[in-house]
Amino acid sequence: MSYTRVDFQTDQEVRWCPGCGDYTILAAVQNFFAGLDIKRENVVFVSGIGCAARFPYYMNTYGMHAIHGRAPAIATGVAVANPALSVWVVGGDGDFLSIGGNHLIHALRRNIDMTLLLFNNQIYGLTKGQYSPTSEPGKTTKSSPGGSIDYPFNPVSLALGAEATFVARTLDMDRNHTTAMLKAAHAHRGSALIEIYQNCNVFNDKAFIQLTGKAERYANRIDLVHGQPVVFGADKEKAVVWDGGRATIADRNSVHPSQIIVHDAHAEDASAAFALSRLAHGPYGPTPLGIFRDVYRPVYDDALQEAVTRSTAARGSGDLGKLVTSLGTWTVE
Amino acid sequence: MDSDHNPVNPLPEAPGVTGTNGGVSVDRTDRMVIRFAGDSGDGMQLAGNRFTDAAAIFGNDLATLPTFPAEIRAPAGTLPGVSSFQLQIADWDILTPGDRPGVLVAMNPAALKVHLRDLREDGILLINEEAFDERNLHKAGFETNPLEDGTLTGFDVHRVPMETLTKEAVKGSGVSGRAVLRSKNFLALGLLLWMFGRDTKVTADWVRKKFGRIEPVMNANLAALKAGYNYGITTESFARQIEVRPATLPPGTYTNVNGNAALSWGLVAASVLSGLPLFYASYPITPASEILHELVRHRNFGVKTFQAEDEIAAAGAALGAAFAGSLAVTGTSGPGLSLKGETISLAMITEMPMIIVDVQRGGPSTGLPTKPEQSDLFLAVWGRHGESPLPVIAASSPSDAFEVAIEAARIAVKYMTPVILLSDGYIATGSEPWRLPDIASLPRLGVPFATGPNAGDKFLPYLRDLQTMSRRWAIPGMPGLEHRIGGLEKEEGTGNVSYDPDNHQLMTDIRAWKVANIANDIPEVEVDDPDGADLLVLSWGSTYSAVKAGVGNARRKGAKVAYARIRYLSPFPPNMPTVLSSYDQVLIPEMNNGQLSRMVKAEFVRPVISFSKVEGVPFKFGEISAKIMEIAGR
Repeated sequence: MSYTRVDFQTDQEVRWCPGCGDYTILAAVQNFFAGLDIKRENVVFVSGIGCAARFPYYMNTYGMHAIHGRAPAIATGVAVANPALSVWVVGGDGDFLSIGGNHLIHALRRNIDMTLLLFNNQIYGLTKGQYSPTSEPGKTTKSSPGGSIDYPFNPVSLALGAEATFVARTLDMDRNHTTAMLKAAHAHRGSALIEIYQNCNVFNDKAFIQLTGKAERYANRIDLVHGQPVVFGADKEKAVVWDGGRATIADRNSVHPSQIIVHDAHAEDASAAFALSRLAHGPYGPTPLGIFRDVYRPVYDDALQEAVTRSTAARGSGDLGKLVTSLGTWTVE
Repeated sequence: MDSDHNPVNPLPEAPGVTGTNGGVSVDRTDRMVIRFAGDSGDGMQLAGNRFTDAAAIFGNDLATLPTFPAEIRAPAGTLPGVSSFQLQIADWDILTPGDRPGVLVAMNPAALKVHLRDLREDGILLINEEAFDERNLHKAGFETNPLEDGTLTGFDVHRVPMETLTKEAVKGSGVSGRAVLRSKNFLALGLLLWMFGRDTKVTADWVRKKFGRIEPVMNANLAALKAGYNYGITTESFARQIEVRPATLPPGTYTNVNGNAALSWGLVAASVLSGLPLFYASYPITPASEILHELVRHRNFGVKTFQAEDEIAAAGAALGAAFAGSLAVTGTSGPGLSLKGETISLAMITEMPMIIVDVQRGGPSTGLPTKPEQSDLFLAVWGRHGESPLPVIAASSPSDAFEVAIEAARIAVKYMTPVILLSDGYIATGSEPWRLPDIASLPRLGVPFATGPNAGDKFLPYLRDLQTMSRRWAIPGMPGLEHRIGGLEKEEGTGNVSYDPDNHQLMTDIRAWKVANIANDIPEVEVDDPDGADLLVLSWGSTYSAVKAGVGNARRKGAKVAYARIRYLSPFPPNMPTVLSSYDQVLIPEMNNGQLSRMVKAEFVRPVISFSKVEGVPFKFGEISAKIMEIAGR
């Protein structure tokens, strides 16, 4: 049986602000699932709190809209309890990187089989416009009238530092790219984090204009493709090269082709991916999009399931009578 | 004379019968309290546990009270570093580890300093005399040597050169250097086994099993054990043995179990009885960690354990596992329960089954991590944001934790609600003989699974069973039952997000009613009142043993007093109003500042005499009986 997008829609009215980037992401995800060979009943969406976290209500799968920051922990329980499920976690920058930062990094390091969609709009939307852990320094918001003095996270660098096995970045406005990232993340067994630059047209409009604007995007969008030299620009006139251990941007004409970094998303070592993630500390100027890293490492949920299977094979199915007498007994006549 | 005799048994013969055994006098007594005390590195817990096993297999009834410092290795020889293990053995059905020891093993001056004040006036002291050097005496705060200055006058003191004896004994075992002295706890144990007329076989078998892979250590411990035993036989200064005969316990098969293990086994049993795989998520915390250690060993029951990054994640993972169809449990101690509160409220409003185990310890904050207290009762019953009632039940002894764990699972699953199970540090680490239940006759636990659409071709997650008001549990993987749940208020029936004022009132009322209605599905409080008393003593949790023994003691002194213990703290059992109104006075002893007392006063509008203490040690039964006598005006 094959699905259409409608099969993944619910009867709930979608209540994001008109023009919100979340609509395009929802459409991309629903379309993506319609094209998959996966049963709807085996899909679970878990979210925390925030605008993005309303997502499960709009997906006709199993779902839980939980509490702020805890979605990766709750999803861990779902995935570990039943490794056969396809587990998806949706959250914003405040949810994943501020209140839930601890759960995010530990889910990534354990390599729990789940896909995490980080809707990064660089602002707190649901609470009506405070600076977030990805807002740029100096940002003026209701809670930072004189400009934010908080230094932001680079979510891709953070995920790589947290031993993530799959990290990608995409844009809400580019549905084809988003779909390609969803596909790759879904194919990856283990934790997969996709940072999705998502426009909040009410509280932080045009935050990603340098990557979406017609005039700016060719100059700024660095598309990472595994096995290809990292070049960008309207005429691919720019290249990313090594400069003393860090990745830097050069005019393609000024460097020898052999100096251009050839992207290797499957490299065992995350150093090169990390270096690429440092090209931009936010969507300002030339910024890489695409899959930074995609490697295999044993998956926690599988390992635990195997331990259960192995123990049962070695010792036989548990016997309560044996359990309660395991410390030795004596009999009173 | 005080005794914590169970009032259902006749008073035993007075102790003090003396006989002989080849020139050695044998004092027969009905019970004896023994305390091992030493530095936290001296292996006192091990010695105590081994003696306990030997006594249990011999057939004594017993109860234990391990006490250890929060620091893993406080500076050697200091007062904070003292670790102890107390047990009472008896030839009848005792309930408590006893109030004052009759035998004290003191491995160093600090141990003597801390514990001497508890020793009975006629008590026996076994002293590791070589530890009483100037340095150790100074660390313990002795200005003069208590072995020489008359401090110990009146006690039956045995100074044993334990270090020399151990060094001699372990020669040739292959252990050398400082490791040699590690076996001295076995030397002390061997001597004690001789004193109580037990052979060393049970202990030696255990040593072979435990240390078989490290042969030198095994040999050293066996040699020290034997040497201690032989020292008793050959040294003329030991002219006294103590005989405590096997107890006449109800017929059956027994094992000796501590509360954390019994609780773990209860969870495993609940998994088997419900057919739900057990998922246990926890963050290391004293004194609950042992549950995690125990459960990880039983994967062949399908048990999955998850050591989370923090307490919040442990609660979250448990809730996620519940959503995926597991019997989900998270365990912790007081501070962790505070952290889990938000998730428990989510489980409450989504109506997901989940068990939260709180092994209470002294609080607030880090408090007294290794000491028992009952001060999380309010937190368990009331400690959540919003109107968030849920069932709370408490174990009252180590073996009771088995049954209570199954009961927590029964209620959680049947009523689709989180349940808080209260234990405490005393129950968790203390052990007692447990007459094993007939496993085959344990009742199966029903699970309210959704099996298909319940409203035409639709599945509505918040349609309810009108008897229990419980919703159906639809597990991911079931086609056609896809649904969303969440922390936002939901419309009755559909579960859709709803901000409607009347609906919020309705849902709040339904959730409260559902929990309150559980009162009709739990046993009534049983009152033990043979004499038609005016005074009722009510206990909950681990005060059970001391309170029951104290009541028995007061009765023997002529007091008319009734006794009841409460397992169900929220909701209370249905006959509570009748029970409370049958007595002029109600006494509630608790290891807190009167939390149950306030709950009873508030809920039943009854005057209550609160008897509370938070000293990090369980009540002594003598304290309870004295309080009863005071109220009775005797």
